[in-house]
Amino acid sequence: MRETLKHLRKSPWSARFGLLVVGFYVFVAIFGPLLTPYGESEIVGFEYEPWGAEFLLGTDNLGRDMLTRLIYGARNTIGIAFLTTLLAFLIGCVAGFLAAVVGGWTEQGISRVNDILMAIPQLIFALLILTIAGTSIPVLVVVIAVLDSTRVYRLARAVAMNIVVMDYVEVARLRGEGLWWIMRSEVLPNALPPLVAEFGLRFCFVFLLLSALSFLGLGIQPPTADWGSMVRDNATLITFGDFTPILPAASIALLTIGVNFIVDWLLHKSSGLKDG
Amino acid sequence: MIQIVIMVAQRFALGLLTLFAVSLIIFLGVELLPGDIAQALLGQGATEETVAAFRRELGLNLPPHERYIDWLGGILQGDLGKSLANKREIAELIGVRLENTLFLAFIAAIISIPLALGLGILAALYRNTLYDRAVNVFTLSSISFPEFFVAYILILVMAVHLGWFPSISNIGQELGLWERVYRTVLPALTLTLVVVAHMMRMTRAAIINLLASPYIEMATLKGLSRGRIIVKHALPNALAPIINVVVINLAYLVVGVVIVEVVFVYPGLGQLLIDAVRARDLPVVQATGLLFAAAYILLNLTADVLSIMTNPRLLHPR
Repeated sequence: MRETLKHLRKSPWSARFGLLVVGFYVFVAIFGPLLTPYGESEIVGFEYEPWGAEFLLGTDNLGRDMLTRLIYGARNTIGIAFLTTLLAFLIGCVAGFLAAVVGGWTEQGISRVNDILMAIPQLIFALLILTIAGTSIPVLVVVIAVLDSTRVYRLARAVAMNIVVMDYVEVARLRGEGLWWIMRSEVLPNALPPLVAEFGLRFCFVFLLLSALSFLGLGIQPPTADWGSMVRDNATLITFGDFTPILPAASIALLTIGVNFIVDWLLHKSSGLKDG
Repeated sequence: MIQIVIMVAQRFALGLLTLFAVSLIIFLGVELLPGDIAQALLGQGATEETVAAFRRELGLNLPPHERYIDWLGGILQGDLGKSLANKREIAELIGVRLENTLFLAFIAAIISIPLALGLGILAALYRNTLYDRAVNVFTLSSISFPEFFVAYILILVMAVHLGWFPSISNIGQELGLWERVYRTVLPALTLTLVVVAHMMRMTRAAIINLLASPYIEMATLKGLSRGRIIVKHALPNALAPIINVVVINLAYLVVGVVIVEVVFVYPGLGQLLIDAVRARDLPVVQATGLLFAAAYILLNLTADVLSIMTNPRLLHPR
């Protein structure tokens, strides 16, 4: 704990800003319902009411409170993106570690399939599968997680390759430990630092892809509040010079910037590189 | 020289193989999913007979490999099949839209590439100054922005408040070239802002990497100016990685176009794809998806080949 505090004190302003932003979002996501008097999809007024005392940021295209939707959006969008990233890491790490530990044909097989999946642009692939399977949250989570796990796999395999040649893995093998045990107890703890930084980056990509799909009307479906679809629903207001519809998009941008600043700092620290 | 030819030929073969595998996935993805696709597309209310008729129309009564060969053979001869939604030939739907999308990507490319190279060289020149740090923060931020955020900010500022450009880019064949360019400026600018950051960062890194080498030090000791050293001595050797990242970003442009087209209601391929996905018009999604994937793979292949061909170590073997 004291170590962490010491690192924090020496962190650059950009990383502190990032931590502050992420902390704020997590707080809002957890305590969302306590922060607003209205319900997630409760219609409380007329359509497109301006900013005021009753509705701080006005109302949306159906007369729902904008601020309330923003707060609930934090919950839904971040929650789903987080879950998806976790799943992507689970798939990617298991496959990557497996390839590194077993080697041989297993590795060749997984790697070639992975190469082909990576050759297709993610958005196009996601759109194709959503056409076939239809849009629902479980489908969305699985599709994006599988697509993103290809990127995780690459890193996990590369990192694990450097670990499986170590003596302690050799010893564990000779001791007769099982495959799963080696992956979990020998490879995983040593591969953790680069994977944590990558988690932040992948979260950003997943989050942006998810928001893009929602913006296209193919992601999280109404009446669930979601930042991508909120931009789409209220976009007409922009032509009247109103900034409100851009707020959800700005929320997305702010969070990804925050996470990127933290990741940048982590990478900088772990690589020991002085840029320049 | 023969070494280069072999390497390039290998990359080409690999690219073609990938393209083939991708077409297989795009077409047969339908088979992998549980349930009946005809039933899923028609919804729960469809009767047995309609589903059976629909299956025949999609060709689902044939075995998958026959259908695949049929489909691929058709595409190679320019026959992309028919849309489910409006029964029109897909080739006809795609024609003009493909041209529009390429037009947009082209305009974005001719704005963004010189801009990125220029800013990247300047950042390398004035490294560790306030300008460099500002550029660093700017690039980190713009990588994090969703495309539609950039697009709407541009609309709000340049179309609504300043009134310089139209917020909707409905271009058509009947318009003159300048009118088309004028209406394409905002979408092109959005794409530019999205891709410029990455290219600029890589240009800066590629040049800075070289600045530590002895021949640059020699040039400095000769008393050449910093600008001359970077442009005349460092840049030619940094070209390979720069070309590589430029082409990769062009590949990204082709995909990024989808969202930008939707925001600006630009009549391109991306818009067609999204409309088809919403209507669950499978043949159109497959055809446009294949086109996008093919463009993406070909550009990545070009990046590979160019970086092999501009590598001095391969060009002048000892």
